[in-house]
This record gives sequence, C-alpha cells and structure tokens, in this order.
Amino acid sequence: MSVVFYLIAGLSVAGALAAVLLKNTVHCALAVTVAFAGLALMFLELDAQFAGFAQILIYIGAVAILVVFAILLTRGSDTPTDTVFSKKPIVGLVTAAGIFAIFGWAILHSAQFLPHQTATPSVTVMDIGNALMGRYVLPLEIVALLLTAALIGAVIVAMHEKAGAK
Amino acid sequence: MNPLTGYLLVAALLFAIGLAGALTRRNAILVLIGIELMLNAANLNLIAFWRYGPHPEALTGMMFAIFSIAVAAAEAAVGLGLVISIHRHTHTTDLDEMNRMKG
Repeated sequence: MSVVFYLIAGLSVAGALAAVLLKNTVHCALAVTVAFAGLALMFLELDAQFAGFAQILIYIGAVAILVVFAILLTRGSDTPTDTVFSKKPIVGLVTAAGIFAIFGWAILHSAQFLPHQTATPSVTVMDIGNALMGRYVLPLEIVALLLTAALIGAVIVAMHEKAGAK
Repeated sequence: MNPLTGYLLVAALLFAIGLAGALTRRNAILVLIGIELMLNAANLNLIAFWRYGPHPEALTGMMFAIFSIAVAAAEAAVGLGLVISIHRHTHTTDLDEMNRMKG
C-alpha cells in the first residue's frame, strides 16, 4: 500500500465523517463534496480514468450543486439550536458499527482468496464507448429511459401546484 | 498486504459512515447525503474488484460502476424534489415531524 492511498483514504473518510457529524447543513454539503473528490481520486488511482472523471462531473458537478440548491430552497442553512440527531441515535450507531464489524471480519478473513492482478489494465475510453454501443447497448437505453423519467418526475413533484388545487 | 483488502476496508468504512448518517440525522437532505455515500462506497468496491480481478478488459465492473453512478444521479434528483415538495406542504425538513401521510 502506497502513501498516496493512505492520504486519499484519509481525505475521503474525513470528508464523510464531517458530512455526517457537522451541525450546519451547508457545511455538511461541502464536506460530502470533499468525500466525493477523494473517491474520484481513488478511482483514478485504480486506473479507472473514465469512472474517475465521470465521478467528478456527476457528483461534484451535479449532485453537490443539487444538494446545495435543495438546502437553500428549504431554508435549511440555519444551524439548528437543539440536536441534529434523531431521538435514539444509539440504535443507528450500533447498526452501522455492527455492519462495519461484519464487513471487516469478512474482508480480513478472506484476504488470501481475493484476486490480486498486478498488471495495469490498458483500457481506453474508445474501448468503453465500443462496449457501451455493443454489449451494453440495452442497459444504456434503459438508463436513458430511467434518467428521462426521473428528471420529468422530479420536475413534476417539485413543481408549484395550482392555486386552489389543495 | 493485498492492495484490494485496503480498498475494500475503506469502502466498508465509508458504507458504515453513510449508514450511520442515514439512520441518525434528522434533516431529510442529510439522510440523502448518507445514502449517496453508501452508493459511492459500493462503486469503490466495483472498481477495485475490476482493477484487481481477472479479465479487466471485459470491463464488467467498470460498466456496473458507470451505470450505478447514472442511477444514483436519478435517485438524487427525485429524492431532493420530494424533499422540496414536502417542505412546501409542511414547512419542515425534519424527519421526526413528518409523521402523517395526509397531504
């Protein structure tokens, strides 16, 4: 494991922790952007250039902006005076810790069975485009349909209702 | 140490942090942020297995991650639209106060 991996992993985990723990909602949105950037760097470190740049474009470019817009539209930017956590946070914390313990146990006990190809895969964007237009063309069309339906649905859900149509 | 183990542990940690956020926060937008973190952790698993598994030229894990990113973007748009719509009706994004289904 290289120093770069530890730096990027620390950045991602610190961003995620800050996003979950901070009180001000806008600060949480900025912290989660840091976590997304760390994950994009990790994709680039894994030689998945296309996925890394797609992560930067979609998550940092679109999802983070969408979250900030939603916070400002719902006036959630004021820091709440009382607690930001639910009434019984211990249940959620125990669930998350238990799931992490199970995952960690499974990963560490299967370490010698995991694949470890060292050769760097030589995959160009052209290969990805050919695969998307060849073997994966049906999923691509379904995702296009899903995105269209989801965007129209989001606009209809968030649209102003007509006056008197309560 | 096998490098794949490190990536899988980081992904498991991010998943647990996102799950804790989604289960304990009161603000609906921050619950959505937690869900996005969990989806991202799953993507990291897919990319790490693609990189260190056999036959990376088949692009299976990479394609899974790309489609998963697209579906997550659609989910974020619909989820935030729902939060804005609920806020217009009840003037709150606090999940503890959303305790009735009548509009």
